[in-house]
Amino acid sequence: MPTEMIRARGLVRTFRRRKEVVEAVKGIDVDVAEGELVAFLGPNGAGKSTTLRMLTSLLAPTAGTAEVAGYDVVTHPEQVRARIGFIGQGNGGGFSYKVRDELHNQGRFYGLAPDVYRSRAATLIEALELGGLEKRSVQSLSGGQRRRLDVALGLMNHPPLLFLDEPTTGLDPHSRANLWEHIAAMRERYGMTIVLTTHYLDEADSMAERVVVIDHGEIVADAPPDLLKHEHADDVLTVGVASTDEDGVVAALRPDVVGGGEVDVTRRDGELRVVVRTAHGAERLPGVLEALRAAGLTVTSASGKQASLDDVFLNLTGRSLREEAAA
Amino acid sequence: MTTAASVTTAAGADVEREAPRIVTRSGPGKLLADTWAVFTREILLTLRDPFTLIFSLLQPLIFLGLFGPLLTGAFGGGLGAPGAGGASTGDTLQWFVPGVIVMICLFGTSMTGSNLLYEVMTGSYERVLATPLGRSSILVGRALKEFAPLLVQGVIIALVCVPFGFTLYPLPALLGLVLLGVFGVGVGALSHALALASKNREWLFWGVQQSLLFPLLILSGMMLPLEAGPAWMQTASRFNPLTYMVDGERLLFAGRLDDPKVAWCAVAAVATCLVGIVVGIRATKKVV
Repeated sequence: MPTEMIRARGLVRTFRRRKEVVEAVKGIDVDVAEGELVAFLGPNGAGKSTTLRMLTSLLAPTAGTAEVAGYDVVTHPEQVRARIGFIGQGNGGGFSYKVRDELHNQGRFYGLAPDVYRSRAATLIEALELGGLEKRSVQSLSGGQRRRLDVALGLMNHPPLLFLDEPTTGLDPHSRANLWEHIAAMRERYGMTIVLTTHYLDEADSMAERVVVIDHGEIVADAPPDLLKHEHADDVLTVGVASTDEDGVVAALRPDVVGGGEVDVTRRDGELRVVVRTAHGAERLPGVLEALRAAGLTVTSASGKQASLDDVFLNLTGRSLREEAAA
Repeated sequence: MTTAASVTTAAGADVEREAPRIVTRSGPGKLLADTWAVFTREILLTLRDPFTLIFSLLQPLIFLGLFGPLLTGAFGGGLGAPGAGGASTGDTLQWFVPGVIVMICLFGTSMTGSNLLYEVMTGSYERVLATPLGRSSILVGRALKEFAPLLVQGVIIALVCVPFGFTLYPLPALLGLVLLGVFGVGVGALSHALALASKNREWLFWGVQQSLLFPLLILSGMMLPLEAGPAWMQTASRFNPLTYMVDGERLLFAGRLDDPKVAWCAVAAVATCLVGIVVGIRATKKVV
């Protein structure tokens, strides 16, 4: 039975900007069990990084409580920090320092003995493909190499819980994929609990076992990505039919055929365009095509689009996360 | 010794995980160990680049070589130096050297925040804050890094001046350097706080640092005696902690321990240190 690594109740954080009080986080409750990989997903300014900073004891909550790795973040911040790894949005390695120096410095910051931090640094340099870069200054590394160094710095103390704040922001797609491979490998090797923030939908979808959707400082959904998509968004099936008999199409696509989904029929270029919104679209598609054929209708084209986390966000908030990220 | 624990992930996989390295210290031991860890990281770059140290040493020596004769000529024996009856170079140095040492301490430790600004911008400061290091150790360690090279500079300057008539009283001078170190930690912590308050506005840090530095310096009588100045300057100097540091350092470098001004120097050093650390810790908690 996994134990709880994070238990937060009613977390609130307000900031004073000039004379205005801004409520960045508005009463968040969240639990994370040992071994989970949880992604906080939301647009910029949603409150996900603020929540993460409260959980890492970097920022004191205005109200509410949080226990991380068994310790209260307000009353025992140093105990919390001794048990977590933190990879922030910036580059953790000091630019003027050499790679190995920073890993050793990090070990000293955690009070490790020299033989322990040297051995740990050597292991992480190898595991994160930083070999040959030990004597290079941090500023001479590429963006991807710096991020891998950040992961190594975050793992120097063998943390049972690792926080990553927007770990792949600013990296090219290849470096992003490479970093994720390394994070997954480290997780496999050390069995860590991981909590990360991201506004990349694909990352949250493919990497996280659980997605916590945050918007305007509140949790609007919290479930595994597939369940979120099942509950809050539909797959979309688009079928072309060589006919003008709209009623015939609607009659053929009975509720049991489309799984209770929604059917829209429109005329386009002398034929019908049928759009079915339903859960488990891939499983429904053969039945939909069969029902149309059985009704004597000729299918000219068929395609499907799986529900995405952006659809989930759109349905929950009325806004597209993809469009907000691009804006 | 590494121990292993079996962990079941949420995905159901059993993973053999090495136990976390959790070192929990407390009290003065932790304060010292943390401060040492911060100091050794910070000083590493200075040790790797000794040319910076050499060039920064040249500056006060040139200052001393050019300014000293001017003072001798301008004020004769009226500098209040112990035993000053004429305008000898030795008398001038006895008055001027402690002032220069205080000056390099002030200039150096007030720069603590400038290095921090860069680390705040790149993100490495946040990484340091996410470790179990005590906040006061981060402040003190960084300030000591600025003070350590100055200590070496101060000793070298004093030794270089001995052949020119400067009399060195080792033990009182050592006490003077210790008090200067305490004062420097306070100035460094205040500079740290200023850097955090100026986050993303580098110009603000430099504007405030430069605007404060020179009035403090001039109103302390560090470079020129205030006795010849107007009454308002003499009054203002009484509210400047640096005045007490300069007065006390001059006495200590002259081998005088019995003067009450030495005690006031210690009070000014400790008070600056405490105020600096309190303000620095508050700034750290507020900004991060």
